[in-house]
Amino acid sequence: MSAPAHVPTASGEQPASPAPAARPGRHRFLPYLLLLPGAAWLFLFFVVPLVQLAAASLYDPAGSLSTGYALTWSFDNYPAALQAYWPQFGRSFWYAGIALVLALLMGYPLAYAIAQKAGRWKHLLLVCVIAPMFTSFLLRTLAWKTILSDNGWLVGLLRDVHLLGPDGRLLATPVAVVLGLTYNFLPFLVLPLYASLERLDRRLLEASSDLYASPLKTFRRVTLPLSMPGLTAGTLLFFIPATGDYLNAELLGTPNEYMIGNVIDSAFLVRLDYPQGAALSFLLMSAILAVVFGYLRNAGTRDVL
Amino acid sequence: MRGAHRSFTRRGLLTGTLGSAALLAGGGTLTGCGTPAAQQTEEGCVSEDLSGAERTLAFSNWPQYMDVDEDDESRRPSLDGFVSRTGIQVTYTEDINDNNEFFGKVQNQLAACQSTGRDIMVLTDWMTARMIRLGWIQKLDRSKLPNVEANLLPSLRNRPFDTEDQYAIPWQSGLAGLAYNGRVTGEIRTVDELLTRPDLKGRVTALSEMRDTMGLLLMSNGHDPTDFTAAQFDDALTKLRRAVDSGQIRRFTGNDYAPDLAKGDIAACVGWSGDIIQLGFEDERIKFVVPESGVLLWSDNLLVPNRAGHKANAEELINYYYDPTVAAQLAAYVNYICPVQGAQAELEKIDPELAANPLIFPDEAMLAKAKVFMALDEQQEREYETKFQQVIGA
Repeated sequence: MSAPAHVPTASGEQPASPAPAARPGRHRFLPYLLLLPGAAWLFLFFVVPLVQLAAASLYDPAGSLSTGYALTWSFDNYPAALQAYWPQFGRSFWYAGIALVLALLMGYPLAYAIAQKAGRWKHLLLVCVIAPMFTSFLLRTLAWKTILSDNGWLVGLLRDVHLLGPDGRLLATPVAVVLGLTYNFLPFLVLPLYASLERLDRRLLEASSDLYASPLKTFRRVTLPLSMPGLTAGTLLFFIPATGDYLNAELLGTPNEYMIGNVIDSAFLVRLDYPQGAALSFLLMSAILAVVFGYLRNAGTRDVL
Repeated sequence: MRGAHRSFTRRGLLTGTLGSAALLAGGGTLTGCGTPAAQQTEEGCVSEDLSGAERTLAFSNWPQYMDVDEDDESRRPSLDGFVSRTGIQVTYTEDINDNNEFFGKVQNQLAACQSTGRDIMVLTDWMTARMIRLGWIQKLDRSKLPNVEANLLPSLRNRPFDTEDQYAIPWQSGLAGLAYNGRVTGEIRTVDELLTRPDLKGRVTALSEMRDTMGLLLMSNGHDPTDFTAAQFDDALTKLRRAVDSGQIRRFTGNDYAPDLAKGDIAACVGWSGDIIQLGFEDERIKFVVPESGVLLWSDNLLVPNRAGHKANAEELINYYYDPTVAAQLAAYVNYICPVQGAQAELEKIDPELAANPLIFPDEAMLAKAKVFMALDEQQEREYETKFQQVIGA
């Protein structure tokens, strides 16, 4: 599952409908024609693999590579997979959730500052947010290994101020994994937020304070609601890949921090248990979809769907 | 809202898309029933050898597994020697980074008895065993390999997964044992020390390669990794689980333990001899340890996959690399265990210090302690791998 395809826009409900005056019949299929290349792409590289994966999740678990797998509609694969790996499932959502909260605490002020207060530094700051994305995800995570190293300056400093015990460490702990997730996906949260906040009409803020609203109230009643589309999109763009991530847990954590992505990776590549790997993938996908739909319903944004 | 159902709405599009996707999914699963068997047989999958007409060879290997010229990194002296001696043009590709990943890359072709475009590839023992079991590897003609017959190290003959040395000839070998960084901890001699010593807590890693880690644990329990029972495996696994639960073992790794050991983030680990020799060149306090209970001897093997078009050319290459002079040239560069007898004497002429290194040319005493992991059938492989993966967290 990848991120939702479109970032919500403020104009929502009236999409490009054909001009009513000129022969409507002729243009009726035009939008579909325009969609064709994209749809064909999605069909080949998303729908077809998805169907294959769905089929694989229902293969006979007793099959093997050498004898082949028969499609036996074994729905039992799902409860079995969940039973075996529910801790990693829970952990994925738990870590991604904490990382999201941390990212919101850092990302919202950051996006706000860039959009509203940075003045001529705006573009430079934006580049600073985006620039790390030019290097590979793997390299960035490996860099964190050096920063959090047991013999690095950070751990030394934390030991000196007694935030860490003399044998304390950051690397190979849940803290490191959550920090890695927060860092790696932060730009996905900041950029949509920035886009929303940048359009914020400052006259509305002035009006709010003219009407005797405190800064806090202005934020709650004006800024926050107006940034909601960006916040919703950013949250989803952050949370969805963070939940399925396995690299941070693999490189910065220990087996006790492994997330569901690590399990799926090993099911497909190491254990060659395709039915279980496929079932776990679908479970992850449906769990994320459930969370996303629940969230959207509560966030009251119909723009994303 | 009159024209709403006529116009192009998001909801309409979504319903349409989801509906057709569901339909397709239903149809797709009904028609695409399962996957075919990947097992091949010698009679079922016949390969044609074009070596007589085509003097070419496609060779897939791991990175940094072939000697390069000191002045010009694009030249590979031993391989160039082969080209000029035989006239066979070799396309050398370093496209193997991970056994499992490589398996994923070639499995569809080999399962369907199609060519992978490779005449020779280098894979580790356990993957070799799996591919031989699946019938994906061509039998070699031993009469064309006189150098192998004469020079292959005795402890690498008649291995459990290839009892008559017909399919897999070692390219390089290595040991899986213990290693420690003397700057951050004292000497380590046994597997039990690694798994229980309190001063190492949280500063130990083990290999995510099941056979290496479990082989060492089996031996530390006094069992034989060449021939063990499921109960003995479970015993060893319990020992490992205890070390994971107590936080003694920090992580399970591939090659990536090496930088951590060098930095001192980990004090000791289960590691491979070749990596530790490399680290030892830079920091002599990083040491490889052969535990009293024994070490694992593994190899990366030269294999000719089904439908490779140049088997005879491949045999010429294998035979060439079992010439002690050539083997010494290679050993001087790669620092793994050289599987070729006689290469030590040749290396003494180039680099006497390296030739005396027991991790490149192990002595009798060390070889006596070295075991090759048992060949597993498919059932065992999945059972053991699943149990092991559960302990290492995935």
